[in-house]
Amino acid sequence: MNNRIIIFLTSLLLPFFVKAQEAAGVEMADAFRSEGKIYVVITVISIIFICLIGYLVYIDMKLRKLENKNRNTN
Amino acid sequence: MIKWWKILAALLILYTLVWGMLGPVPQLNILHETIRNLFYHVPIWFAMLFQMGYSVIFAIKQLSKNDLQSDIISNQAAQTGLFFALPGLLTGCMWAKFTWGTWWTFQDPKLNGVAIAVLIYLAYFILRSSIDDEQKRARIAAVYNVFAFVMMFVFIMILPRLTDSLHPGNGGNPAFGKYDLDSNMRLVFYPAVIGWVLLSLWILDVKKRLAILTHKENEQ
Repeated sequence: MNNRIIIFLTSLLLPFFVKAQEAAGVEMADAFRSEGKIYVVITVISIIFICLIGYLVYIDMKLRKLENKNRNTN
Repeated sequence: MIKWWKILAALLILYTLVWGMLGPVPQLNILHETIRNLFYHVPIWFAMLFQMGYSVIFAIKQLSKNDLQSDIISNQAAQTGLFFALPGLLTGCMWAKFTWGTWWTFQDPKLNGVAIAVLIYLAYFILRSSIDDEQKRARIAAVYNVFAFVMMFVFIMILPRLTDSLHPGNGGNPAFGKYDLDSNMRLVFYPAVIGWVLLSLWILDVKKRLAILTHKENEQ
């Protein structure tokens, strides 16, 4: 009989344990970041973006040359 | 040399690429790290809306002044805007797959609205290509452009707000209400919007100059 009461009382505590697990946090990419490898990804993204911008600058310059040539001939 | 605002565009986006990945974000269920998509997916759509607005302004200018240069700019801006809709749609599909569980849902009024808006602008280009006379094409395209912009605005910005939507800021909620509390995200989000709008302007600048040059070549 005593055992049953103890089990019943401890079962009342269960929701608190469940809550404790929730509080452990939303899963984020903490491991990825702690290993330091996220920097590799950021570097890759940055290199791609800089290359694209460089290409756009190249096209822009080339177009300017063409515009100047066009202005001189007219 | 390259204009200052073009350099600013590149620097702002580069900053958001780095700090958008490293900076602190609110820890939310379902979204997890994908909340960072806000820095990349949303500014693309801002750039698209900006280009369409730019396009309609020059369409109105064309109607009032009747010059062909405005027509060229209006056309190029609409092209640039539609180009930005493509990565916007693709990134949206990706984000939806991993948070809402599906690539595309017809339950969301914003997705349907965007699909209709893209079709409306595709019709704009078909209309343009079907008219040979330059003056006539400029005028008809400009009139259709005003219609297209108003329809797009209704479908993307107004209708989704009147009904329930999976997108934040719709179904009666103020836009970005969830993130308003997080000033860390604003620090990346606002520069990203400015950066992408400026970059879209840069692409438009190159396209516009090329189109004007080609136009001159054809006249000779």
